[in-house]
Amino acid sequence: MKPPHTLKELERIAAQIREDIIRMLVEAGSGHSAGPLDLADVFTALYFGGVLRHNPKKPDWPERDRLIMSNGHVAPVVYATLARAGYFPLKELRTLRKFGTRLQGHVDRSTPGPRAKWSKHLPGIENTAASLAQGIGIAVGTALAGVMDKKKWQVHCITSDGEHDEGSFWEAILFAGNRRLWNLTVIVDRNNIQIDGMTEDIAPLEPLRAKYEAFKWHVIDVDGHNIEQVIDACNEAKAIYEKPVAIIAHTIAGKGVSFMEYDYQWHGKPPDPEQAKQALRDLRSLRGQIVGEHE
Amino acid sequence: MLMKALRTARLVETLFAKDIAQRATRDGYGDGLVEVGAKNPNVVVLCGDLKESTRAEWFEKKYPERFVECGISEQNMAAMAAGLALSGKIPFVATYAVFCPGRNWDQVRISICYQNANVKLSGAHAGISVGPDGATHQAMEDIAITRVLPNMTVIAPCDAEETRKAVHAAAEIRGPVYLRFARHKTPVFTTPKTPFRIGKALVLTEGSDAGIIACGPIVYSALEAARQLSEKGIGVRVIDMATVKPLDGATIQKAAWDTGAIVTAEEHQRHGGLGGAVAEALTSQGPVVPQEFVAMPDHFGESGQPDELLAHYGMDADALVAAVHRVIKRKRG
Repeated sequence: MKPPHTLKELERIAAQIREDIIRMLVEAGSGHSAGPLDLADVFTALYFGGVLRHNPKKPDWPERDRLIMSNGHVAPVVYATLARAGYFPLKELRTLRKFGTRLQGHVDRSTPGPRAKWSKHLPGIENTAASLAQGIGIAVGTALAGVMDKKKWQVHCITSDGEHDEGSFWEAILFAGNRRLWNLTVIVDRNNIQIDGMTEDIAPLEPLRAKYEAFKWHVIDVDGHNIEQVIDACNEAKAIYEKPVAIIAHTIAGKGVSFMEYDYQWHGKPPDPEQAKQALRDLRSLRGQIVGEHE
Repeated sequence: MLMKALRTARLVETLFAKDIAQRATRDGYGDGLVEVGAKNPNVVVLCGDLKESTRAEWFEKKYPERFVECGISEQNMAAMAAGLALSGKIPFVATYAVFCPGRNWDQVRISICYQNANVKLSGAHAGISVGPDGATHQAMEDIAITRVLPNMTVIAPCDAEETRKAVHAAAEIRGPVYLRFARHKTPVFTTPKTPFRIGKALVLTEGSDAGIIACGPIVYSALEAARQLSEKGIGVRVIDMATVKPLDGATIQKAAWDTGAIVTAEEHQRHGGLGGAVAEALTSQGPVVPQEFVAMPDHFGESGQPDELLAHYGMDADALVAAVHRVIKRKRG
């Protein structure tokens, strides 16, 4: 798919996705705020910036690129992006986390049992991700299947920095580096927070770049809020044939909402209705720098 | 009247011959893998640094391009298997039962069972008959932690031949399967003609005084016990319950109605295994009859020879004979 959007348009889409996230979270009354907000630019780059070969009308198109989620708790950004891309109606976003919804609390591709209220999984979701560091293993398995069958599609995996604490995360990184899975790109949401505090206080990950390189990965650092940089890095990753690629996307937790930015306490909670109003005002006015006519 | 195996079971002619062929169930797994590999190009085998002792190596020799050495990383191996399955492969995951589903149960729960991924887990070295390696390597809890998972099928075959058939059956059904097998050599008493179907128990002998419902190589000990008891005029129905989940409730109920006394037998903890599954079936569907559990008595194992350990912890033919006497006594009140 060719990027049909200018950079300005992409930035507008990212802002729209952030507004969707706030509305979904306040309606749901629970869920994660910081990660979804800070990933909005990355998701815009992937789905609207021409990175992923995908087709919202044919979500199971066999030649599609696979987007595997590992940090399933950022579900709101995934759902808002997929809805904006046309995978399912926007109005379904309001059902997040409610009984009978396809928008489960964490991204979900289960086969519903006979008693489940929903009838099929949400189009565009490749895997279930909740318990951390499982999605990375699923991504590695998917990439391996692609290599075995000589497929051209790419596998992108979205991970949080916090989940790098898990030992099994590094099992997957070790395996992929050893097998030179060239079709795999991991994007790390390097927002420096986890539930109980800052990553460097709890279980320091730095030097993260050197760790990936020691595991035989190619590493690209980008500003995770610079959509152009993210697109360029993803395209560079596709061009690297001898190694899997880790894109460390440096992001600001809660990006776009002044009172959430840099604050780990917004990792796992939603805004209340008053805070949501403030958040939407922030998003529409670039944190108060521009006062729109609708204010 | 001396015990005779039912013709329908098509067991070997010389069931109690001293020189009955002995083979480990893991060998049946190795044979089965090679056969399903030939039949279906989507079958891939993942192994966690244990290819010789799980017999996954036999597959590797035939199909090196479909063999994936994962190293000592059972958690990643399970998640990768889910990824391969979502892409249309049929991954068989080979390692010891203590590691899979022991160490990687979270991956088995979410990535495999919740996603209903078409992954076939193989727990080698299950049961106390692992022997000298000791308690750490003797999986005695694996049936409990797999049968509790929605979407999972759990199979514990009784001999190498049945294991071979179970590998075929596992490859043919869609969804997660756990296959449990053992390290040491045990009698091969079923034949290629012995029926095997997932979810269908096999009645091996007829009898109306008590029923023994067993899974795994201990089924042969149940036959031995039934023979000894028949010499005293006690008729025992021996049932090979290779599929622990989904459980063949009809065969269990019928045995309970016909005999009024049930003994369950397994190389597994007495809590949560086949015995528990049978008790659940009988208490919820009836009839409720006295039941004795031949199983590991809520205890960890230790190093030793398989036969010593099975005798010490009460999971051999003698323990089964005693359990049948007890259950019949309880039945008579």
